[in-house]
Amino acid sequence: MSAQGIGARVARKEDKRFITGAGQYTDDVYERQMSAAVFVRSPHAHAKITSVDTSAALEMPGVIDVILGQDIQDAGIGNLICGWGIQSKDGTPMKMAPYNVMDPAVVRYVGQPVAMVIAETRAEAVDAAEAVVVEYEEQPALTDFGNYAAGPVVHPGTADDNLICDWQLGDEAATDAAFAGAAHVVEMDIRNNRLIPNAMEPRSAVAHYNRAEDHTTLWTTSQNPHVARLVMSAFYNVAPEHKLRVIAPDVGGGFGSKIYIYPEEIAACYAAKRVGRPVKWTADRTEAFMTDAHGRDHITKAKMAFDADHRIVGFKVDTIANLGAYMSLFSSATPTYLYATLLSGQYNIANIYANVKLVYSHTTPVDAYRGAGRPEATYVVERMMETAARQFGLSPVELRRKNFIKDFPHQTPVLMNYDPSDFHGLMDTALKTIDFDGYPARKAESERRGMLRGIGFSSYIEACGIAPSQAVGSLGAGVGLWESAEIRVNPVGTVEVLTGTHSHGQSHETTFAQIVSDRFGVPIDNVSILHGDTDKVQFGMGTYGSRSGPVGGSAIYKALDKVEAKAKALAAHLMEADAGDIEIENGELKVAGTDKKLAWHEVCLAAYTAHNLPEGMEPGLKETSFYDPSNFTFPAGTFICEVEVDPGTGVTRIVNFVAVDDFGIIINPMVVEGQVHGGLAQGIGQALLEGCVYDDEGQLLTASYMDYAMPRADDLPSFGLDHLEIRNPSNPLGVKGCGEAGAIGAPPAVINAITDAIGTNALEMPATPERVWRAIQSTQTAMAAE
Amino acid sequence: MADVKLTVNGRKIAKTVPDRTLLVTLLRDEIGLTGTHVGCDTSQCGACTVHIDGNAVKSCTVLAAQVSGAEVVTIEGLAKGDTLHPMQEAFRTHHGLQCGFCTPGMIMMGVDIVNRHPEGLDEETIRKELEGNICRCTGYHNIVKAIGAAAEEMSSGTTQMAAE
Ligand code: FES
Ligand code: FES
Repeated sequence: MSAQGIGARVARKEDKRFITGAGQYTDDVYERQMSAAVFVRSPHAHAKITSVDTSAALEMPGVIDVILGQDIQDAGIGNLICGWGIQSKDGTPMKMAPYNVMDPAVVRYVGQPVAMVIAETRAEAVDAAEAVVVEYEEQPALTDFGNYAAGPVVHPGTADDNLICDWQLGDEAATDAAFAGAAHVVEMDIRNNRLIPNAMEPRSAVAHYNRAEDHTTLWTTSQNPHVARLVMSAFYNVAPEHKLRVIAPDVGGGFGSKIYIYPEEIAACYAAKRVGRPVKWTADRTEAFMTDAHGRDHITKAKMAFDADHRIVGFKVDTIANLGAYMSLFSSATPTYLYATLLSGQYNIANIYANVKLVYSHTTPVDAYRGAGRPEATYVVERMMETAARQFGLSPVELRRKNFIKDFPHQTPVLMNYDPSDFHGLMDTALKTIDFDGYPARKAESERRGMLRGIGFSSYIEACGIAPSQAVGSLGAGVGLWESAEIRVNPVGTVEVLTGTHSHGQSHETTFAQIVSDRFGVPIDNVSILHGDTDKVQFGMGTYGSRSGPVGGSAIYKALDKVEAKAKALAAHLMEADAGDIEIENGELKVAGTDKKLAWHEVCLAAYTAHNLPEGMEPGLKETSFYDPSNFTFPAGTFICEVEVDPGTGVTRIVNFVAVDDFGIIINPMVVEGQVHGGLAQGIGQALLEGCVYDDEGQLLTASYMDYAMPRADDLPSFGLDHLEIRNPSNPLGVKGCGEAGAIGAPPAVINAITDAIGTNALEMPATPERVWRAIQSTQTAMAAE
Repeated sequence: MADVKLTVNGRKIAKTVPDRTLLVTLLRDEIGLTGTHVGCDTSQCGACTVHIDGNAVKSCTVLAAQVSGAEVVTIEGLAKGDTLHPMQEAFRTHHGLQCGFCTPGMIMMGVDIVNRHPEGLDEETIRKELEGNICRCTGYHNIVKAIGAAAEEMSSGTTQMAAE
């Protein structure tokens, strides 16, 4: 342990460059001779491309080249794939349609790339892109994905009914039997609104081709540069892995949208080779709205069965998940194995059955977005619980407490085996933090001012620390989800940690340094964390699914074990003691019970001078570990939201928001709180503000910050946070992960609070003033009719 | 083409650029000051905020030629050597940043907000004043705290200077 070790609230090492403008994001890369790329994109949701005329564009000032889809196909590059194979309940594989880098014949969503213009400057490329003449034959589009079978067909021949996969999990017969014997059944139709991720840094790619070496370097906005290289090499034929270096430098937020390998960076690599100059492409915000993989978009029918004592006996869920026009990299896993496996929530439910229909539509591809599947599950479970409590006339706290799981490990009927937490304890702390006892007085006070006050709960659980390789392999994943770490101790005792995870806001440069400091007592300033470059880091699976701490951190921990063992053996040899008697304390290696000691750096130097090593020991002090987790991790928490609704305008104000989480052991509380704040903002954004809207023709109506409501500072409250720290037994650090919790738990808390305030359960996200106002009117009409 | 003369972070700059060149493009592409970021195309995110003659301005909303003759300060010019501006310090102390992409704009706007409110700042005012700056990472909680803390630091700095 050290003052900067695990648990210490230390300021971030990476901040200096960001607060002084010295960050290095992809768009900040300027190569000599660099050219600029701009894409011509489809204005239609569904059309045949009848002709493309580039002649005028090629004559424009500064234009170097115009690249078409056929060129890329002829070069043998493509297609994009979905890397997680799932099956329908009848055993047939999912129907994955070809996903071209730039389809030369058909466009299937607004914004799909059709041509790539390369010019001396971006402004010239923008002008020339407007001069590319594309003739389209417009076709009707499918946006109403709930009626997917009615067509039009997105991929004729592959999925003529637009159904990618009719997937199921759980025992349907047993669940039906539980319903047959139930005392109460609660049913709901629930929609999870479609979101656009909006990392503040738009996607970007700079590709550099070295002809002499036949080698490509790609700087790109990626959460997982090794995965990008693997996929581009093994599947898209961009270049073999040893001829392709992928660098993800500073990345300005990801939230899932930067996991995937997109057409643009593949095209950039091809273009750099073809024009013989480095090529930069950076999305503008409109392109980001149109082409970053969207999130959520579920339509669900759910019913929950209870016995006479209000214990849940069965849960049945039917969901239609919109995957958009093409299957993005992990799109099949998000609404299936990351969704239905969490439908047990924090509750003891003996029988669960889920059927998920994954469907195509003429919209932007949909994939994992912060939380990925787990927010959708939590929203269904937690809205059901609140609605059921209201129907039973029970307090929502009481109904939850009646059903909370108390004994761990707990095997759910939907694959997951929960590690220990304390759901009652989380609820207790949340109630105390929000001063639940004072709520009636606060409500009365609001009412005196003519305002409606409501309180809503959400007790979420998520599976993260993604993931045990063998388990995900058996469920269809095309990759293993272990993580690697390399610890290089320098002769002077400073430490370099190379990790396969990637930080795009998560603070790894600080928290991973704290893990090292904790072990050896070295100050965090003497530890540097390297990530995001396939030439430097041996391999890694990147950052998503709150995996960096539990999986990446554990890999570091395991590598540190090896460094520690070697350092102790060497110190023991130098001090003529037994390795078992060496203790590390305050940066010194001591022989227990004596005053013999060596400073950390003296031992490190001795490892490199190699003048006096124990028999058989190799010189140097550098170790590697590949860590594969034995289980998912299960962060959980209770959120309570208090709102005030103005009945005259329908405007909702969040007046109190409390989040109490169990993230296991916490490495840096300041960083963890920051992750929760950000997640809550995204969850509250989904509940109150954000919604991606397509019209019937498939036009994206929300493609700018004028039309898509991002949460801003004055939309949000300050948050009240607390946590329980229940060690996770499944990894050596005892951590559970905290990156997604806020986005997972917040939406039902907010909607439950609003529906409590206005007295109806029928309310969809985002709960805009108009929707809330209409819901209030409907309750009044209902009352008048009674 | 337009001749643009500017003082940027104390350095005199003279460039000839196409008329339509935005200030942010000049700063990034011509001068190499990449700390000023571009987060949108509708002048709504604030990532590009710089100071022009002492006022916060979104550098994607002005043409470089339009502000010829002006004094521009970007995020790179805010610290005095190794001594960070109190607003920069406060963002670090209060964890007002995660990915760092919105941060230069937030800090430049934060300084401007404090300058325009010599009477002091409460949470509500800070939140209202930040309506033109979007952050997707922090939920604003710690940005609001940082600006509040910097405001106190800056005003105590002024009193100190005045007393000297
Ligand atoms: S880039 Fe200037 S406001 Fe967004
Ligand atoms: S810190 Fe990432 S957008 Fe603000």
